[in-house]
Amino acid sequence: MDGTEEDTIESNEEKGGFFSRLKSGLQKTRSGLAGGIDRVVNGPAKIGPELWQELEEVLLMADVGIPAMNWIMEELKKGVAKSLIRDKEGIVKYLKELLVRILEDVSVEEASPAKGLCVVLMIGINGSGKTTTIGKLAARYKGEGEQVIVAAGDTFRAAATEQLQAWADRTGVTCVSQKSGTDPSAVAYDAVQSAVVRNADRVIVDTAGRLQTNKNLMEELKKVKRVIGKVVADAPHETLLVLDASIGQNSLSQARLFHDSLKVDGLVMTKLDGSSKGGVLFNITRELQVPVRYIGVGEKVDDLQPFDPKSFVEALFNE
Amino acid sequence: MFENLSDRLEGIYKKLKGRGVLKEADVDEALREIRVALIEADVSLSAINPFLEDIREKAVGQEVLKSLTPGHQMVKIVNDELISLLGGDFQDLTMAPTLPTIILMAGLQGAGKTTTVGKLANRFKGNGKNCLLVPADVYRPAAIEQLNVIGRELDVEVYQAEGEKDPVKICQGAVEAASKKMIHVVILDTAGRLQIDDELMEELKSIKEKVEPHESLFVVDAMMGQQAAEVARTFNDAIGIDGVILTKMDGDARGGAALSINSVTGGKPIRFVGTGEKLDALEPFHAERVVSRLLGMGDVMSLVEKAETAYDLEEQAVLEKKIKKNAFTLEDFKDQLKQIQKMGSIQQLIGMIPGANKLKGLNVDERAFCKIEAIINSMTPFERNKHNIINSSRKRRIALGSGTTVNDVNKLLKQFAQMQKMMKKMASGKGRGGFDLGSMMGGRGMSPFG
Repeated sequence: MDGTEEDTIESNEEKGGFFSRLKSGLQKTRSGLAGGIDRVVNGPAKIGPELWQELEEVLLMADVGIPAMNWIMEELKKGVAKSLIRDKEGIVKYLKELLVRILEDVSVEEASPAKGLCVVLMIGINGSGKTTTIGKLAARYKGEGEQVIVAAGDTFRAAATEQLQAWADRTGVTCVSQKSGTDPSAVAYDAVQSAVVRNADRVIVDTAGRLQTNKNLMEELKKVKRVIGKVVADAPHETLLVLDASIGQNSLSQARLFHDSLKVDGLVMTKLDGSSKGGVLFNITRELQVPVRYIGVGEKVDDLQPFDPKSFVEALFNE
Repeated sequence: MFENLSDRLEGIYKKLKGRGVLKEADVDEALREIRVALIEADVSLSAINPFLEDIREKAVGQEVLKSLTPGHQMVKIVNDELISLLGGDFQDLTMAPTLPTIILMAGLQGAGKTTTVGKLANRFKGNGKNCLLVPADVYRPAAIEQLNVIGRELDVEVYQAEGEKDPVKICQGAVEAASKKMIHVVILDTAGRLQIDDELMEELKSIKEKVEPHESLFVVDAMMGQQAAEVARTFNDAIGIDGVILTKMDGDARGGAALSINSVTGGKPIRFVGTGEKLDALEPFHAERVVSRLLGMGDVMSLVEKAETAYDLEEQAVLEKKIKKNAFTLEDFKDQLKQIQKMGSIQQLIGMIPGANKLKGLNVDERAFCKIEAIINSMTPFERNKHNIINSSRKRRIALGSGTTVNDVNKLLKQFAQMQKMMKKMASGKGRGGFDLGSMMGGRGMSPFG
């Protein structure tokens, strides 16, 4: 996947287009988070209890959650005590650094095998946007010149296979599917095997959405993962957990339980084009040390981009 | 990590035990904890602040009920207030006086609209009403196919738009068709949309204007975060929400969104909650259940109330004395069982205990209690007071009289002996003379008599 570059139709437009979309997507987030912080910083309150209280509220409203918020506030106060922060502008600068630090501490490069087939397993709760994300990922990798196969492993929800097939048609990749109700492990097995036979570069396996508290369904996922490992040793190379940005602190529970059962390699946060702030990411990466890999900021094919902590935090703050 | 509000408050109030009236400072301290609990349950801050003001007004100066600790009292105030906000009893969908009743479903992407449409149709079908499901989501790939599959599964008609791509026209056409066919209920499944997507919100508005649904339902993920209030406000402004359906309540979501939404819709009722993936997993909304979850404490309040009504305090005092003197007899045991039974089914009681939903798979044999009662009833008063005298011939008679086996009688006596031993320990220690459900039910398998 390295080497081939810029031979897609939309890739030139992509960057500017994407960033402006990310910005406009995060517009509301900004008016929530940065806007709020601006208000606090430019407001009448001096550095002191009142200001801290206001900052706390801003962070909580961004779904940052109490543990991460407490850590951030403590660090900010320490910064003031050590005279690293001298004025209110200093607070914003320091806060940005803290947020980036949380995300960067776990930031990693893409975990694909040195050569040969890369198997990606997508998991998440119902309605988090797994199938859509797979469509976008497939388009992305195809654009980078890879031969991509998608596997319709959601054999439970009505028309999930058709939905993935539609994405496959749209992006021109192969979709491996079986009829509804089939054991998802069988679909995954078939798809990975056919990817091996066809000498494909990447296979992305869809799974049915499930709530993290459903033990039996988590076992089913474990089986899918095991079975994939039987076709290609050390596969899946990447298990991606898809999280919906509009969900609050429950995302932490999702990340925790999916990680416990399946060892998640990376997070994908979708629906950041709403007013959702995705602040729970700070909480999750802090606790679980799992990096964010992609973020989705819209419904278009190229609205999914690799996650970059600096530009994410910048986009939260910049005008 | 604190999971549960009553634990938090207990912690604060330990030092305050025995005070008669809730003082302002105490209340403030408690409110801080309540705030944290609500934030962790994803209630929007904009909804929390006015709510806490209400609680403050209600709590300060309130006398602490004798049966409760100050901590419990605060939880009770919060609990009662939440329930009254969310509306206690189940309110069903409004049905139109003339056919058809039109229901509009709206919400964000991935909230679970299409699945919920299927669940509603299933419910109507069970009530003998026929439905027409209308796929007005022309954007998401295979959304229409998803509704078709659900329709086939339920054997419910799905409107076929025949190439029409305009959601407004699809809905209008469907309603027209339904009137001709004398269909009871038309359910419009609209596309998921972001509340900041002006174009799609306009589309939703014009569907609402053109078809004039009798019930506009806002379908929302129970796990939704801080923005729930804002999202609900925009949808409410666009279509005037008549009711809410909370989905994905079978997970471990606290469901704080319920309160956030309530705060911006002027208290529009939550109609149903989605509790599973199957099409029959739709339950009428009961405020108590969601509230207890929101506070992360099981249905403790009902448990406390039930215990209060069922337990006669005087009897309890007599019993305590007996236990202290080690004079607890089979007769007392039977009385205790009766009191527990007055509180409701054991399964239900276990469900109310915080953290006990992990025990969901547990099977409690309610008949075991009847058996125990029957065995004790077959004993003479003398035997009940002095169980040591029960020899094998007495056991045979008791078994025969109660329709059980000698083995059952043996098990009961053995358990009773264990209980007495435990009570001795309790009496020497500081514990209150309560009744230990766990020991009585004999651990695993719960039923004393397999």
